[in-house]
Amino acid sequence: MNAGRAIPAAASSAPGRGRLLLRATLRFAATQPLGAAGLVVIVAMLVAAMFAKVVSPYDPLDVDYSAMLSSPSAAHLLGTDDFGRDILSRVIYGARTALAIGFLASFAGSSLGAVIGVVSAYFGGRVDMAIQRVMDILLAFPIIVLALSVVAVLGKFVVLGLDLNLVVAISIPIVPKVARVVRSAALAVCVMPYIDAARAAGYSDGRIIFRHIIPNVVAPYLIMLTAFMAQAILLEASLSFLGLGVTEPTPAWGLMLSGSSEQFYREAPWMILFPGLAISLAVFAFNLFGDALRDWLDPKFKI
Amino acid sequence: MLRYTAKRILLMIPTLIGVAILVFILLRLAPGDIVELKLLAEGGQVSPEALAAERARLGLDKSYWLQFVDWISGLFVGDFGISMWTGRPVIDEIASRLELSLQVAIMATILATAIAVPLGTLAALFKDTWIDHVVRVFAIAGLAVPSFWLGMLFIMGLLLTFNWIPPLTYTPIYKDPLGNLAQLIWPALAVGYRYSAVAARMTRSTVIEVLHEDYIRTARAKGVYERLVVARHAMRNALLPVITVIGLEFAFLIGGLVVTEQVFNLNGIGKLFVQTVTRGDYTMVQALVMLIAAFFIVINLLVDLLYAALDPRIRYK
Amino acid sequence: MLRIATLAVALAAASALATTATAEAPKKGGVLKFAVSAEPPNYDCHGATSFAFIHPVRPHYSTLLKFDAPKYPKIKGDLADSWTVTEDGLTYTFKLRQNVKFHDGSPLTSADVKASYERILNPPQGVVSIRKAAYADITAIETPDAHTVIFKLKAPNAAMLANFASPWDCIYSAAKLKQDPRFPEKNILGTGPFKFVEHAAGSHWVGERFADYYEPGKPYLDGFRAFFITNTAARVNALQAGEVLTEFRGHSPADRDKLTKALGDKVEVLESAWVCSLVVTFNTQKKPFDDARVRRALSFAIDRWKGAEALSKIALVRHVGGLLRPGYELAANEVELAKLPGWGKDIAKARAEAKRLLQEAGVKDLKFKFTNRNIPMPYTPVGIFLINEWRQIGVQVEHEQLETRLYTNALRSGNYEAGLDFNCDFMDEPNLQLIKYISADKSSINFGRYTDRKLDELYEKQARATNAKDRARFIREFEAHALQQAYTFPTIWWHRIIVQWKQLKGWDITPSHYLNQDLADVWLNQ
Repeated sequence: MNAGRAIPAAASSAPGRGRLLLRATLRFAATQPLGAAGLVVIVAMLVAAMFAKVVSPYDPLDVDYSAMLSSPSAAHLLGTDDFGRDILSRVIYGARTALAIGFLASFAGSSLGAVIGVVSAYFGGRVDMAIQRVMDILLAFPIIVLALSVVAVLGKFVVLGLDLNLVVAISIPIVPKVARVVRSAALAVCVMPYIDAARAAGYSDGRIIFRHIIPNVVAPYLIMLTAFMAQAILLEASLSFLGLGVTEPTPAWGLMLSGSSEQFYREAPWMILFPGLAISLAVFAFNLFGDALRDWLDPKFKI
Repeated sequence: MLRYTAKRILLMIPTLIGVAILVFILLRLAPGDIVELKLLAEGGQVSPEALAAERARLGLDKSYWLQFVDWISGLFVGDFGISMWTGRPVIDEIASRLELSLQVAIMATILATAIAVPLGTLAALFKDTWIDHVVRVFAIAGLAVPSFWLGMLFIMGLLLTFNWIPPLTYTPIYKDPLGNLAQLIWPALAVGYRYSAVAARMTRSTVIEVLHEDYIRTARAKGVYERLVVARHAMRNALLPVITVIGLEFAFLIGGLVVTEQVFNLNGIGKLFVQTVTRGDYTMVQALVMLIAAFFIVINLLVDLLYAALDPRIRYK
Repeated sequence: MLRIATLAVALAAASALATTATAEAPKKGGVLKFAVSAEPPNYDCHGATSFAFIHPVRPHYSTLLKFDAPKYPKIKGDLADSWTVTEDGLTYTFKLRQNVKFHDGSPLTSADVKASYERILNPPQGVVSIRKAAYADITAIETPDAHTVIFKLKAPNAAMLANFASPWDCIYSAAKLKQDPRFPEKNILGTGPFKFVEHAAGSHWVGERFADYYEPGKPYLDGFRAFFITNTAARVNALQAGEVLTEFRGHSPADRDKLTKALGDKVEVLESAWVCSLVVTFNTQKKPFDDARVRRALSFAIDRWKGAEALSKIALVRHVGGLLRPGYELAANEVELAKLPGWGKDIAKARAEAKRLLQEAGVKDLKFKFTNRNIPMPYTPVGIFLINEWRQIGVQVEHEQLETRLYTNALRSGNYEAGLDFNCDFMDEPNLQLIKYISADKSSINFGRYTDRKLDELYEKQARATNAKDRARFIREFEAHALQQAYTFPTIWWHRIIVQWKQLKGWDITPSHYLNQDLADVWLNQ
């Protein structure tokens, strides 16, 4: 996106409160079949990740020297890696890593970006100017330096098996992108006469922001949240592939592709194929869903 | 227009200074320095005095403030310093690798444009038909497949079918065009796919938008032949956002070749970047970050100026 | 007199012919292309530590002595024609070859040797000398004539002769050093078999045959070309495609199998035990690792024998050994090994003992962070292996893999609990190999942060021993004590595997990837 193009506000797209989630989903599925397909894949991955213990045939950390590099078979549907670890189980547990990091990073980045965007638009003037410069800096800053520094400086901060500092590193580049879009959306609302009226009536800034501005930026926020989940998953995979993200023996797709897997393409191509397919499928599903969500919520919105 | 341009150029300065401060601080926050890595990491048994002497030689014993002033004042006269790892001038180290990365980026851009514009236009013209669906799936898949994985699959395929790998060393295209292309076409394809996906999506949506504009409807209503409408009117107006996306993706690519160069063992900016970051070669990383940031900002500026030139509303906002 | 000399030369030539006739006669010509997995930062031998330095740079230089690769650890002369050591072990006299020239045509004299060793002993301002400590016993270097160098020592040193064969002790030109002590950092001027041509940063390194090399007829190659390929898979692929003929550090067993499967009898495999080991080290200043029982328990939990067998299929580790490389003359034999804590073959018994020790130490549900280097081979597989072994006695370990700079800093600064360290010097010499284990105030590579004067004393005794039997006894005592305390203990020793195309001849594998790299004897059968 670039700053020059104003994005029209999604004034009428806030979903009505009383509408049933189910009905909404059904309508969504009817109008957006591709998006629905994406949603099905996402839900399936989510379920697999949540119930990984039940779904996966083996413990993903279990080393079995008697089954090193076995090809796909009834015992190991997707084969095993060089430690005899079950690839299917590692892919399933890897979904947990990818989805959790992807969601948290996208959620944190998009939310912070949205807040910054709204504040920037609402207060305008110097505040806006200062915030925009900071966002420019973050946009221009190469992500790898950011990621490496964050990981190096903060070290690992593992909560429930998730490295939160990695989440921070991945969420940072999302912030300025969301901030820009949300700012444009919010600006379109801020120039409406009723905002001036509300101010004149002496409503507090907080009330105006929450009552009038936030509802109008919910649609672009949701659209970007899904879109950036896909990007966050990709970024996590790339960082882990470079050895800067998740570390062994934690199952993670990007990590499964790095290191020794490249060396076994002849003996064990499944070590390369399945984790790569998993990444692609996940990102594909999120993109399909995100596109459909965009068309559904706000057909004019572009990302 | 002139005022707008001047304002935008002036705004680059605080951004670049901000980037400089940020990279300077971030680098020094991480524990461990290049001297430890160079002298100790392979099991070297070096006295603390020797470590201190080496630090002093590289200027690492100075206060952060002084180091920053040294660096920034060097920047103003175009002196990027010497690499803390090799001792050679930073500018030489970068220059020897820039050509390769630029070529990959340019080739990827050409490939992407050649694929994206026709496909995106087709999809728009045949919106909601099977053609459109195929193009959309192709594009969304392009966004989904990690380019480093695609690169791995390329190498695998080449080695398994032809027992051949791309040449190891880079030769400039003007010296050995075939050898050069044999090495660089694969990474260009690997990153080009994602790139073309982004551009194809943008082409499709802008063409759709333009086709709904009044003047196109008028032209159609007047009975102008459909293909002519597309060629004459729609494409010209639709191309601007597409050029934008291509420009921005190009800027992104220079910093984004990191993983792909790793996979193909290319001696480019991306690989240099990973190496210098992991080594903690402060002068090199600082120079590279400034270079990539400046490149990104300039491309952005050009894109915005192009818009402003074509759309007066922006200038006066 | 003259006639006798001629006869001697003729005889020597005849015997040389006889030995080469049994093997193949070396052919001249060709350029050797090989891969290197890293790249040297600068060109100064005295301040370098990495094999990535040795592989491209060593062919340009000569050293006083060198290891006789097929007969390692036997030593032979390089620049030195002959040498003597006095009975008291205090005086080393080297006679230099007469006809040695630097690549710029200037002749090599004893002054060059003296200047080079003085640079190592007392590096001038701005020069780094990594291995200074190994030569601390030298009190004087004398040059009675242009081709004699005498080193005087203050005490006998069992490792001294081997030190003079160090591949790091490049002999530089005294004249150049006088002009600029940092001359060798950016310039290459040696007396070795190959002249420097080009170094394209990040890409490759080129050397060409030095016509005036002291040994007539050598080197056989017209030149060499080293490619810097950091990515392992890319390196193996280059070898498979024949873009390079070899890589001199070593491959994983999987890569070996892959290459032999793909290339069949076009390549040959050379294997050797490797004088490198990954060692577990504890920060003894952090609880509960201040307790020897806890450390020993963690050593007992490791099934080294089964682990070696399994890991040898996927990683470049294979040999079970103590503090010295198994197979080395001063290393523990199998019987001695079995007595060490954690080296027994009954793993059930060992693990029961491990649990008992933990209980005795009052440690329940032990959990710790294990700091490892994020280099895939062999650090990652060995890390995964260890964590799995410790899981068997109910110990939970979090694996922290850091990139090298952060890893080095964490271990050096004590910012870790337990970590996977390495011990990998260029030769088996106990003086080098045992430094890792002596007290932290005496060893800059002891990251356990402990002081154990008994180890220091035994180290000194073995270093000063004047006969091999005494030395072996002190070493066994050192080993038993070090492993009982288990501050730092070896896991599994490395195994070096070289896969080379068959046309590459005249290169012998040694237990160290730092040795035998001047390429003087290498030739191509093409």
